Amino acid sequence: MTEQPKPNSFRTGPDDRGRFGIYGGRFVAETLMPLILELEKEYEAAKKDPAFHAEMASYRTHYIGRPSPLYFAERLTDHLGGAKVYLKREELNHTGSHKVNNVLGQILLAKRMGKKRVIAETGAGQHGVATATLCARFGLDCVVFMGAVDVARQAPNVFRMKMLGATVVPVQSGAKTLKDAMNEALRDWVTNVADTFYCIGTVAGPHPYPSMVRDFQSVIGDETRAQMQELEGRLPDSLIACVGGGSNAIGLFHPFLDDPDVAIYGVEAAGFGLSGLNAASIAGGRPGVLHGNRTYLLMDRDGQIEEGHSISAGLDYPGIGPEHAWLNDIGRVKYLSCTDDEAVEAFQLLSKLEGIIPALESAHAIAKVVELAPTLPKDHLMVVNLSGRGDKDVPQVAELLGTSL
Amino acid sequence: MTARIEARFALARGENRAALVTFITAGDPDHETSLAILKALPGAGADVIELGMPFTDPMADGPAIQQAGLRALKHGESVTTTLDLVRAFRAGDDATPIVLMGYYNPIYVYGVDRFLADAREAGVDGLIVVDLPPEEDEELCLPALKAGLAFVRLATPTTNDVRLPAVLQNTSGFVYYVSIAGITGAATPDFGVVASAVARIKRHTALPVVVGFGVKTPEHAAAIARGADGVVVGSALVDAVRTSLDGDGRATEKTVSAVTDLVSALAAGARSGRAAA
Repeated sequence: MTEQPKPNSFRTGPDDRGRFGIYGGRFVAETLMPLILELEKEYEAAKKDPAFHAEMASYRTHYIGRPSPLYFAERLTDHLGGAKVYLKREELNHTGSHKVNNVLGQILLAKRMGKKRVIAETGAGQHGVATATLCARFGLDCVVFMGAVDVARQAPNVFRMKMLGATVVPVQSGAKTLKDAMNEALRDWVTNVADTFYCIGTVAGPHPYPSMVRDFQSVIGDETRAQMQELEGRLPDSLIACVGGGSNAIGLFHPFLDDPDVAIYGVEAAGFGLSGLNAASIAGGRPGVLHGNRTYLLMDRDGQIEEGHSISAGLDYPGIGPEHAWLNDIGRVKYLSCTDDEAVEAFQLLSKLEGIIPALESAHAIAKVVELAPTLPKDHLMVVNLSGRGDKDVPQVAELLGTSL
Repeated sequence: MTARIEARFALARGENRAALVTFITAGDPDHETSLAILKALPGAGADVIELGMPFTDPMADGPAIQQAGLRALKHGESVTTTLDLVRAFRAGDDATPIVLMGYYNPIYVYGVDRFLADAREAGVDGLIVVDLPPEEDEELCLPALKAGLAFVRLATPTTNDVRLPAVLQNTSGFVYYVSIAGITGAATPDFGVVASAVARIKRHTALPVVVGFGVKTPEHAAAIARGADGVVVGSALVDAVRTSLDGDGRATEKTVSAVTDLVSALAAGARSGRAAA
């Protein structure tokens, strides 16, 4: 369990209006307002209910396979010749990424609320697969919205979801990618208000989603604290994680925000580079309002939303969770960025040195480890969140490297 | 500038009929054609004009209005050019109220104070911003009221009696009842259910109550007009624009009349509602 927040803490947000500083909020149509107020009430009640936590703990252990190991990457550390690098092995979770941590929490909440139908948006398909998996486990109807472009480029995950009993709806509107999938999920929710639970996949959307998803993902950081104490007898010196919406990152970061000696780095996807097409909302965006919250967004001069680009479909979103926007502005977390090329290089490096094929998303964080670790002393303890496994990306990387499978 | 709105609803009330509120998207299919449509609407029977401000991610809109927005954006429609449209319309019509309808981000990025000043100067009467519920009133609603613009709120089938007073509190101009839980242009509402919802809202407010979402035909308009102070038609008009376009998506000589013909028929429907009752 996370310890109680201290006064003057970075961990007490959001406020009662769902704000982290100016970010967050509840920018939704009136039809949805009563639903998110009800969700907030139900979540607050569940948080106080030991039975809810006990049930979640049991499924974490026996279904997801937690705790995930904190693994000392010895060969990577030797290769880089600086900081001692640990990998938080979220890729070993059932379904292959951190996404399942959040979905488990939300599905248990949906069950508690008596909802029979679950909807979700997905980009690369990892959140869709995790949602389809838990819906199968609990016998709930599952509808996953996925941009038509993503449906075409992530065929294996589409098939996985269907095999798990979910209906996959290819979204033809707008740019036909993740942001449009989220629009379409919101349109479905507005239409099916009585029986439907919207399971958002990241720390974005209207309050209470950003903090609720963060709470469900904070198991990553809570475990890391305990494991590092056990392995090294102290806290890590730095944390690093990739950031699309930012759920794996906030899950690792949040339990450490009030430890001033722990340096924290988020890594945005710089795509072709910050001067070209990218998905780095903080580095290349401005504050705006989309999908229920105020945050940094990629948009044009007139406030029209632009498409994010990243080689990794999971980072390909033109926004970022509001808590990250706030952590950036107050300077508690430093946000770096990583190009497609750097990520592909890190993808290969980790595969060769550690026998672990990372998701392209996680490879963005690995790339910055490669940059930072050599500049740090050997007793510096660095934890990188290995948020997902890279099996899903193998065909794409093969094609990039000129190998036809 | 709620005076134009008040005067127009008073006029309709005096004639014992519902007002016809017509929605078109600014800049659809292009700036010039949408100005021509705008200018022709009052003559065809529109009492109030809702002018949609295009946005890339309209989460409460169905395919018709989504596509209209994308058509307009393709030609570079923006907040600035939308206000130009209002200004050009106002040069020839100082009586028909114009309410801008859209999403918050383009307004936020333009700058709230600058937007309110420019909108008022251009001749805008009110605003409907879909993603600003009462919980976010400090963002735009309260500044808009202070600047003299009406802030029209949406009430929906999920707005229960506990919530209704909060929804109505800072609403001005009129109340827009969303007839279905859903997106624009989708299902046709159950008119009996809508009538009792309108009656329920009228017990809480003296403002006119208009009904929209899913109203497509003169018959629908007539059914709504029996109990409501106004009928909103949007997706059907936007669809009339779309079907009038040529193969390359350009306006044709039929585009303006496609809209005005439908508006005339809808106006007749709205007027017949109470006569038939």
